[in-house]
Amino acid sequence: MGVYVLEVIVENKPAAKDPEGETIMKELMHRNGFETVKKVRTGKYLRIEVEAESKEKARELVFRMCNDLRIFNPVIHICSIREADR
Amino acid sequence: MTKVAVLQFPGSNCDLDTLYVLRNIIKLDAELVWHREFKADVYDAVVLPGGFSYGDALRAGVIAAYSPAMKHVKEMAREGKPVLGICNGFQILVEAGILPGALIRNDSLTFICKWVHLRLESNRTVFTWKGRVGQVLAMPIAHNEGKYFNDEKGLKELYENEQIVFKYSNIRGEVTPEANPNGSLDNIAGICNVEGNVLGLMPHPERAAEAILSPQGTEDGRLIFEAMAEFLKGERGCRFSAELK
Repeated sequence: MGVYVLEVIVENKPAAKDPEGETIMKELMHRNGFETVKKVRTGKYLRIEVEAESKEKARELVFRMCNDLRIFNPVIHICSIREADR
Repeated sequence: MTKVAVLQFPGSNCDLDTLYVLRNIIKLDAELVWHREFKADVYDAVVLPGGFSYGDALRAGVIAAYSPAMKHVKEMAREGKPVLGICNGFQILVEAGILPGALIRNDSLTFICKWVHLRLESNRTVFTWKGRVGQVLAMPIAHNEGKYFNDEKGLKELYENEQIVFKYSNIRGEVTPEANPNGSLDNIAGICNVEGNVLGLMPHPERAAEAILSPQGTEDGRLIFEAMAEFLKGERGCRFSAELK
C-alpha cells in the first residue's frame, strides 16, 4: 500500500457561462495591461491523498468517488483527474 | 469645509448607509464618488464602504484593489489623510497592500451576520483617538471572508507598531476564543497602518451609529466617525494631528 496524490479539477462546460472568469479577465487583467489574455475559466481544485495498492487503483477509486459523491455536476461540469507530483 | 468621499465600486452596497451617517449624524460634507471619477486631491478623507465589489470574483476585494482609484487612495494614505475601510473596504485595503495581512474565509464556512463586541486596543489613530484603550464597543459584523490572518513575523510587527486597533471580545472586554466569531488570528477585528491614518475593520460602524438601530440602544459606531470629523476640523485635543503634521 502506498499513498498517491491526485488532483481533481472541476470547471464549467464550455457552453456554460463563467461570469467570475469573465470578470477576472475584463476587470483585472485587461484593465491592467494584460489585453492579450483571451479567456479565463474558473473552477474548483481538490488535492486528494489516497491510500491504495497502486497508482491505477488510486485513480480508479477517485474516479468512482467523484461520480458517486457527485463531486461534480455532470449537467454543467467537466471533471478531470490527474496525478500530482507529491 | 473639508470634504469626505465615499468610494463606490460595482457591487458596493453599504455606500448609502455610510453616506447617511457622515452627512446626517456626523454633519460632514460627504459625497458618493464612482471609482472612475475619484481623485485624491479633491478630498480630505475617503471611506471605502462594505459590499461585494466585482462580485468577490477571484478573492474579496482584489479586483477593486487594482483599479486606478486605489492609486489615489494610496496617495491620500501617504499624505496622512484619513482612509477608512469597512468590511469589503478593509478587504480592498489589504489586497492593495495598504494594510498588512489577509482576510480569508470564516472558520464556520458560513456568512456571519450578528452583533459583536469589540475591545479598543489602540487610540493612537485618527479614528480612535477619542476612545480609551479597553473600551468595549458594540457593532454588527456581516461577512463571509473576515478571518484575519498574518504570518508570525507580520503579527509581531502589528504588535510592535501598535497596529491592532480592535479585537473581538465579550461584553466585559475579555478577549476570549468564544468571543471570536470567525477564527481571526488573536481575535483581530481591525488594524491600522504604522502612521495611524488608515484604519480597516470588518465590523460596520455605520450600522451602529444610531441608538434606534442597535439592539442595546448603543451608538458606538459614532466614535470612529466623530474622531475623524474632529481630526479633519483640526480640533484641539487630537494629539494625533500634532504628531502627523
